[in-house]
Amino acid sequence: MAKPKVSTDWMAGCAGCHMSLLDMDERIAKIAELVDLRSTPITDLKVPDESGVDVGVLEGGINNTSNEEVAHRMRSRCKILVALGDCAVFGGVPAMRNFFTIEESLRRAYIESESTDASGKIPSDPELCKPTRVRALHEVVPVDVFVPGCPPSADTIFYVLSELAQGRIPDVKDDKLSWY
Amino acid sequence: MVAQKITIEPVTRIEGHAKVTIRLNEAGKVDHAYFHVNEFRGFEKFCEGRMVFEMPLITPRICGICPVSHHLASAKAGDDALGAPPPRPAALLRELMHMGQIVQSHGMHFFELAGPDLLLGFDADPAIRNAVGLLQANPELTVKAVNLRKWGQEIIRILGGRRVHPSFAVPGGVNKALTKEERDLILSGYDEVIATIKTGIAIMNDWANRNIEDINKFAVLESGYFGLVKPGNTLELYDGDIRLIDSTGIELEKFDPRNYLDYIAEHVEDWSYLKFPYYKKMGYPQGVYRVGPLGRLNASDQISTPMANEELKKFKLINGEKPVGNTLHYHTARLIETLYAAENVKALLDDPDILSKEILNTCRNPKPQGVGVIEAPRGTLIHHYWVKDNGQIEKVNLIVSTGHNNWAMSESVDSVAKTYITGPEITEGILNRVEAAIRAHDPCLSCSTHAVGQMPIIVEIRDSEEQLIRTLRRD
Ligand code: SF4
Repeated sequence: MAKPKVSTDWMAGCAGCHMSLLDMDERIAKIAELVDLRSTPITDLKVPDESGVDVGVLEGGINNTSNEEVAHRMRSRCKILVALGDCAVFGGVPAMRNFFTIEESLRRAYIESESTDASGKIPSDPELCKPTRVRALHEVVPVDVFVPGCPPSADTIFYVLSELAQGRIPDVKDDKLSWY
Repeated sequence: MVAQKITIEPVTRIEGHAKVTIRLNEAGKVDHAYFHVNEFRGFEKFCEGRMVFEMPLITPRICGICPVSHHLASAKAGDDALGAPPPRPAALLRELMHMGQIVQSHGMHFFELAGPDLLLGFDADPAIRNAVGLLQANPELTVKAVNLRKWGQEIIRILGGRRVHPSFAVPGGVNKALTKEERDLILSGYDEVIATIKTGIAIMNDWANRNIEDINKFAVLESGYFGLVKPGNTLELYDGDIRLIDSTGIELEKFDPRNYLDYIAEHVEDWSYLKFPYYKKMGYPQGVYRVGPLGRLNASDQISTPMANEELKKFKLINGEKPVGNTLHYHTARLIETLYAAENVKALLDDPDILSKEILNTCRNPKPQGVGVIEAPRGTLIHHYWVKDNGQIEKVNLIVSTGHNNWAMSESVDSVAKTYITGPEITEGILNRVEAAIRAHDPCLSCSTHAVGQMPIIVEIRDSEEQLIRTLRRD
């Protein structure tokens, strides 16, 4: 039987969930044996295979138009989608931005901040994506497995990936919910 | 021939979402290449209204790769605002955690990210030019590199309960003392770590000797250099004065970081979500400077630990005692700092105060604002909070490490594009060099910086009417 294909990507997060994945240390080699790692931060590819993957893992919420594209692309190319970490599960710390308008946040950063000089303006070049309200992954696309934690522990991530690799849906409960 | 635009997206193995656009003129020569930082999160706004003591837990979520930097800079801003300088043992313990972070972040960047380019070659087959290729080529070295990162991460866990987003520093000190057993556990890994770092330095020096031509034409920039120092212009990562020198090594300023607003300002460009800091008195862009390993070693005259100091002496000879402007020597500087951080871990653990239980100053003498500054792995990090009487945050200003290098990265991209692209014929090796120009600075824009591998890159060549002419793809 062919090994299940796994892709991961990140959106509006801090990279900490991927760092926790790397904190498996030598166990990463075991995961690499069980699955065919496709586009992930630890292999060569960035975009999930057009022909599809078995498992997609996303870190971070969705806070701009570029994240929306990443989420839709992953959902359309994977069978099981995992929301990894508090940001993907419910928006996490970056979702605190929703208490303010986007305009207010942009103005503070690029015009009002004490260190910004007279060139202050809100960047708007067509090459840049547009910020949006911060949303959890499931608000944008359907999610199959939720793994909370900021970040989830390396043990929990190892459990989730090894269950999925063996064709089982992980049951994230009890000590798997503990991330401190 | 019509003018063209080349887009490189995503820029890979950097922290965050960025892309490069290269504008070619009618003659097929590079007009200008842009480095666009493509994300905005708004921490400065949404921290308003939070309590000052919550900040060391909220702000690390800016970056999961160096969360300890934000954790400590935030606690230091809290110390300042509450008028509660930490007792000596607490300052030592914070510095110890910081050294753990420097080792894990720098070590990983050199071995897992830069390593493939250096050991396998910029022009090597991209299918093997990654950490897996490195593992196959040198499994022993790769295992050592994993253990190096683990040692740094474990120092963070021992002190702060977890490796990513620890809870340890609080305004006025820290919340946990170190036990003798914990100290001995950290020390037991010391010899292996030193040996691994020395192996890294030997690899880098050997590479530099064999690739002198690349080093001397690859983004050699003139800029100022900026970083914290202790008296005697000694390299400092936790607490000191900021020293700024010009491109020839002349000191322009040395100042208390609390007064940063008198010396630096930030310029905004429409095409990037990352601002461009500069030295106020010289204006933008004349007053640009570089931070991080290259900025700090250029701005320092000595290092307090013996082995790293010997390496610094050799580093100073690279350009005959003048500052080193070669972007590829960021790697050399990064390894020397890794050696310093590891040696400093031992020095800190040998200090009799390190096991003291005097870890919190409970006196309070609040002020309306506080500034906390630290040298994060990637450069000087500034947190500035305005605090109301009730402890609520009124305003926040942040200048993050990678920001100071925004000009340098943009300029490096432009320089490398102009040096290596001489017409519309673009090889994969050129793409990798454009990426490497950004990668050398180890920017913190997304998790992909710390990716262990090479990811695909798509280059689209369009004419000035945005019509697609050709697509190059590297998987
Ligand atoms: S859940 Fe926490 S660790 Fe993960 S990306 Fe979000 S802030 Fe970072």
